[in-house]
Parts: sequence; C-alpha cells; structure tokens
Amino acid sequence: MKKWLTSTALVLTLALPVAAQDYTPSPDAKAGGSITVTYKDDVATLDPAIGYDWQNWSMIKSLFDGLMDYVPGTTELRPGLAESYEISPDGLVYTFKLRAGVKFHNGREMTAEDVKYSLGRVTDPATQSPGAGFFGSIAGFDAAGPDGLSGVEVTGPLTVKITLSRPDATFLHVMALNFASVVPKEAVDEAGADFGKKPVGTGAYKLEEWTLGQRLVFAKNADYWRAGVPFLDSVVFEVGQEPVVALLRLQNGEVDVPGDGIPPAKFQEVMGDPAQAAHVVVGGQLHTGYITLNVKMAPFDNLDVRKAVNMAINKDRIVQIINGRAVPATQPLPPSMPGYTEGYAGYAYDVEGAKKLLADAGLADGFETEMYVMNTDPNPRIAQAIQQDLAAIGIKVNIQSLAQANVIEAGGAGTAPMIWSGGMAWIADFPDPSNFYGPILGCAGAGDGGWNWSKFCDEALDAKATEADSMADPAKVEERLKLWSDVYTGVMEQAPWVPVFNEERYTMKSDRMGGEDALYVDPVSIPVNYDYVWVKQ
Amino acid sequence: MAGYFLRRIVQAVLILLGVSFITFFLLYVLPADPVRQIAGRSATAATVENIRQQLGLDQPFIVQYGRYLAGLVQGDLGRSYLQKTEVAELIASRLPATLQLMLAGIAAELVLGLGMGIAAALLRGRVADQVLMMTSFVTVSAPQFVVSLLLLYVFAVKLGWFPIGGYGTLWHLVLPALTLGILGSGWYSRMMRSSMIDVLRADFIRTARAKGLTQSRVVLRHALPNAILPIIAMIGIDIGIFMGGIVVVESVFGWPGIGQLAWQAIQRVDIPIIMGVTLVSACAIVLGNLLADVLAPFVDPRIRLR
Repeated sequence: MKKWLTSTALVLTLALPVAAQDYTPSPDAKAGGSITVTYKDDVATLDPAIGYDWQNWSMIKSLFDGLMDYVPGTTELRPGLAESYEISPDGLVYTFKLRAGVKFHNGREMTAEDVKYSLGRVTDPATQSPGAGFFGSIAGFDAAGPDGLSGVEVTGPLTVKITLSRPDATFLHVMALNFASVVPKEAVDEAGADFGKKPVGTGAYKLEEWTLGQRLVFAKNADYWRAGVPFLDSVVFEVGQEPVVALLRLQNGEVDVPGDGIPPAKFQEVMGDPAQAAHVVVGGQLHTGYITLNVKMAPFDNLDVRKAVNMAINKDRIVQIINGRAVPATQPLPPSMPGYTEGYAGYAYDVEGAKKLLADAGLADGFETEMYVMNTDPNPRIAQAIQQDLAAIGIKVNIQSLAQANVIEAGGAGTAPMIWSGGMAWIADFPDPSNFYGPILGCAGAGDGGWNWSKFCDEALDAKATEADSMADPAKVEERLKLWSDVYTGVMEQAPWVPVFNEERYTMKSDRMGGEDALYVDPVSIPVNYDYVWVKQ
Repeated sequence: MAGYFLRRIVQAVLILLGVSFITFFLLYVLPADPVRQIAGRSATAATVENIRQQLGLDQPFIVQYGRYLAGLVQGDLGRSYLQKTEVAELIASRLPATLQLMLAGIAAELVLGLGMGIAAALLRGRVADQVLMMTSFVTVSAPQFVVSLLLLYVFAVKLGWFPIGGYGTLWHLVLPALTLGILGSGWYSRMMRSSMIDVLRADFIRTARAKGLTQSRVVLRHALPNAILPIIAMIGIDIGIFMGGIVVVESVFGWPGIGQLAWQAIQRVDIPIIMGVTLVSACAIVLGNLLADVLAPFVDPRIRLR
C-alpha cells in the first residue's frame, strides 16, 4: 500500500504540470481543406522502426502514435496512447494504462499486446532499426530477438508493465520517439518488408496514396482518438521539387509549405522583401554545429592547442556566412535545451590569446592539419572561414570536402584530425540533455566506428552522466539538470569540440495557413505539426 | 543478320557484366560504410556487426559480387538498404517518366540541332552561319541548372504558358524536353553542318543540281540522307551524355525519373539502388547504340549488318 501511495504521488507530480500545459487550439481553427507541402527528395520510408531523417520524422508522427507525445509546438511531454502511467519508487518499473477504444487505420482496436509487439519489433536485430539503441535500458534488451523483450509485460488488455534494467530518466522521452510507435502485427506481417510503403498506425492521418517519386497523400483519420484533430482533410506531399522551384510555386499560390525551407541563395531576397518576409516563421531548434578536434591525434592531444583553436574561431563571422540564420554557440547544448548553462561564456574570440596558448604548447610557428567537411553548401564555405581564422594563428588547415558518408566513415575510424559537423550536426532526438552526450561525447561512442569523432573519453564525466541519467525521480529534476550542466562545462574545460553555432529554423507558409507560429517551428515536427495546422479558406 | 544480333547480344552482356563488376568494386572499396548509416548513431558495435552479417557485407568481395549476379540472373536487383523496398519496383516506377523525357528530349535535340546545322551549312560563311554556330557554342557550354531555371522562370512563372514543374500532361513535358533539346543541340548542329558541307560538295549533288532539281529537293532528297549518317551513330553515344543532363533537369522540373532516385541513393550509400540505376543506364546506352546501328542500313542501304 505504501508503495502504491508513493507511486501515485510520483504520478501526480509528473502528470499535473503536463496537464496544465496541454494544448488548446485557437478558437478560429477550422476543420477542412487540404494543403500542399513540397520536398526535394522522395520519402525513404514511413515505417516508424526504420525512418530516421528529418523529412519522414514528422510524417511518421502524423501516421502513428506512441505511449507518450509532446504538447504541440513545445518540448513538454504529455501522454499519448497511454492514458496514465505510474513509476515505481526505484524508477525501474513503468506501468502504462492505455486508452480504450483507440483504433488502428485497419479498423482493429489497439491493445496492450500491440505495445509489446511493437517494442519487440523495433529492438529485434532482424528489423535493423536505427533506433533500437534507444531502448537499451529495457530489461532483456541484450537478448532481444523475435520473441520480444522480457522487460515488457502485458498485465491486462490495456495495461503494459515495462521493467528497466537500470533507472533511466529519459525513458518517457524514449516512449515518445517515433521508434516507439505502436503498430498492428497483422499489418506488418501482411506487408512484410514493404510496411514502410504501406503504413498502418493509430495516427491523425492515414496514408491514402503514394506514387513513388511523385506524391504522397495523407487523408484525415475520421476515427482519430484525440477529439477535434486533425483539422485538415488531407495533406499532399509533392516530392522531387527543387527548393528554388518550390519557392516560385509558393509565390504563385500553388504550394503552402516548402518543406526544405528557403534556399540559401534566395534567403536575402526573401527576407529583404516585406511581402515575402511576412510568410516566414523563425524558431529555435535543438541543434549545435561544431568542430571536432581528435584528442587522440597530435597536436590535438594537447589541451592548450584545443583551447587555442576554440579561441581562434570567429563565430559571429561564420553566422554571417549563413545569413545570420543561427546564434553563436558557447557549449555543446543549444539554448532551448534543458540543462543549458546560462551565462557560461565558453572560449571568447581572442586571436592574441590563442597565439600565446599555441606558443605555450611549443607550437609558436603553428602546424599543418586536415579538416573534413561535407561537400554541400554552405559547409565548404564555413570550412573556408574556419581555415582563414586558424591561418591567423599559424595553423594551416587543408580542407577535405567529401560526401557525407565518407566524412562519417573518417570520423568513426578516427582518421580525421578535425571535422566540421555541418550537414551531419547533432539535432536532438528528444529534448533532454542526455541526448547530446552518449554517442557523441561519451566513451561509448569513442570506439572504432562510433559517432564520437573527437574520440574524447573522460571516465569521470561518463560516471556523472550515468548518474544524471539514473535520476528518474521527478522531484530531482533541478538537481539532475545541474548535474548535466556540470558535465557539459566539464567537457568544455577539456575542449574536444569547438561549438560554433546553434541553427535557427526558418519556415515559410502561404497566406492560407492558420495556426500559431509555434506549430510551424515545432521542435519535434519539422517543418510543420500537420495534426494541428489549419487553413483559413 | 541473326548472327549479327547474336554477336551484339553477347557483346552487350559482356559490357553489362563489366559495368556491374566495376561499379560493385568501386562501391566495395568506397571509404563509406552503409551499415553505419543503417544502424544509426546510437547503435552498439554488436548491432552494427549483426546488420553487416544479415546483409552479407561481412563476406569477401567475390562472394558478395557472386551473390549479386546470382540474384540479377533471376531478375532480382535486391532491396534498398535504407528504404527496404525492392530496387526493381523503385526503378520500374520511375523508368517510364525518364524514358518519356529522354525520347522527347532527343527529339527536341534533333529538331533543333539538325535544323540549325542544315541552315548553317546552306548559309555557310554568312552572318547567319556565324550566329548559329556561336549559338551552338553557347548552348553546349551553358550550365544545365541555369538554363532549366531560366526557361522555367520565363515561360512558366512570368508568362504562365506552362505549369511550374510537375508531371502528368503534355504541357509538363514541353519545358524539360526543350531544356534538354537546347543543351544538346549544339553538338548536333556542329556535326550536321560539317557533314552537310561535305555532302553538298560531292559530285552527285552537282549532278542533281545540273538536272535542274529544286534546292529543297536537292537538300531533302539527296543531301540530307547522306549527311545524316554520322548523326545516327551519334545518337547512340549521346544517350550516355544525356543521362547526366537528365539528373539535373529532372530535379529542377520535379520530373519523377530515375535521375532523382540515383542522386538520393548516392548520398546515402544505398548500394543496391546505385547498382540498379547504373545497370539500367548502361542498358539504355547499349540499346541506344544497337538501335543506331540497326537503323543505319535503313537510311543508307549500302550499309550491311554483318
């Protein structure tokens, strides 16, 4: 009984703020209508276990639901398919009570068995899900196979108990990831490997048409369990559209949202014209662009050299190169992420100071090194600016401008002394500070082939990070964020990265589009939260 | 004739085999690991290895290539690593659009190029000739992206005569085909001009003129069929060059062809798609050349296929 009371108390502390901040659409919001969204590339897949790019991420969000969800336009968690949940006092057992009467697009009612099946499917190595690693804290993950996870139990038709092998403060965020979407087994079995082309979920929209290479049509799910949404009858995605052409079509009234945003070459023209600029919505995103310095390679194994490089980079000028579409960064976390250290100045731009540090390191004459960069605009231009900055303190940088896959390979293999992360830079999977650490700054990612390209590994910081991730008690949120803040300032003291900027998101929308701006720069649904936007006429 | 075709088919198979081997080998040695892209950022080393094993990428090159060929013989182009869709299905859904654009583009290229070449040959040495040859130079060297956008801006956005990109009707086809036609016409006009000039100097043309035939009859009936021979062979070669242009034009006009598919796959190291598109392009080139050779005897009966 005591245990029950404690867990209820926990639930209340968790659930209350969430309920208070839930979303109320504008009273002007109207149902009906259709919008056209364009993309340059065809959609790769709509299978929630497989899809992992920013284009299909928000589409999958509209077709599927997970146990948890976010308040539209924010990073606040709210329950999704789970009506409520309880957390055991030790933070190891999560019991989710599912909503009754939720139907899949094929008409069948969703049950607890579907949740078990879906989590088993995404973690089964045969599925080859790029998101499987997120579920590492569920008991039985290491033995995951076709039989599902031992840590996920169905305790009633609409109750699921998930047992973790270690406390994981990010677990509710993980349950809100697309990878945790609930899918019906019979539809997956029927479609086989083609499930990504024939998705069946519980989401606000269902896939009505997919003409490969041409268009996709999402039609409103009239049986959607969340009352009142979606507002639109359909969303038409036209793929294969060059961003410049998409902009011309937007100006011509044929397109409502150019999914790829404003092409860099047209950015100043758009922002300089008040009529066009009025259609632009600006918002932050959980992104940091950084330079990695390989701490295993001379002379970057020397802390003074890494600090000198940090001080030599003129971040304001690099922000200018991308037309001011970013703010200079001082630390790994972006400002909108919880755990960001307010007032932390990082390494200020100081050419003389940098020269002095280099001289202290015995490299007064500088040295020659290589920087890898992805070969699409504006990354080579940013690399050139970095090259110039470093030349000013005597470091000669040779730029290796390569395709994304080649840069990732060199980074993983540890053969790249420096990498400009642009185009591949970290955008958070979920709004929690831990998501910026493990694979890219922690020891786990520093091995051969990992994504920690600076090969930085500090056992003490890793231990702190693990401790922070174990603080699942909601009452300790502040303490936990403080711990993360310490981890990241600790990282900066050792300077394995030069955090350069945090990108701002610029989206455009046509005159017809309704709904508040936050829906157009939704941190988890890029470029638009399709479920909540509406059209005026 | 049958012997000729048999030989050509054997040749074609050998060429395709060569293309597949070289492409497969280059993708094999490429310093980029498709498994890492599939496995994602948070994957453990064990997951990466598991996926590598499932895809057979842990096998030696020769085994991987052998398996690919074995699949190919059964008409199986494999499944895309990242989309998990059948490559054959992806290509089949886009091939008709590319073929349509290719045929229209080559037709536009021929009409424009041959027209300009004939006119220049007939007006040889005059201002018009110089203007035409200068134009052909410009069209050959103009960047595809710029020409596509320029045509789109003028005829679709400003004048509103055609839709701004897209696919479906004859109207959608005009601008992309015209872009390809303009860009490729330069080669044909230069080739046609010199070929025509040679023919116009020939004795049989002088005879035809001496017989009192009209200028149009001399040109169309006697000079053109002889001058066009080298052009036919050129069309076969041109298909290869054409594929490059088609990638750009398809992306600007939003034309749902295989060019777009290839570009996306290359960026993501999706090897089965890259292989599939390469083989399809190689087939197009081989077939184009074969077609050019088969057509030649119809234009000039002196040519025999042997």
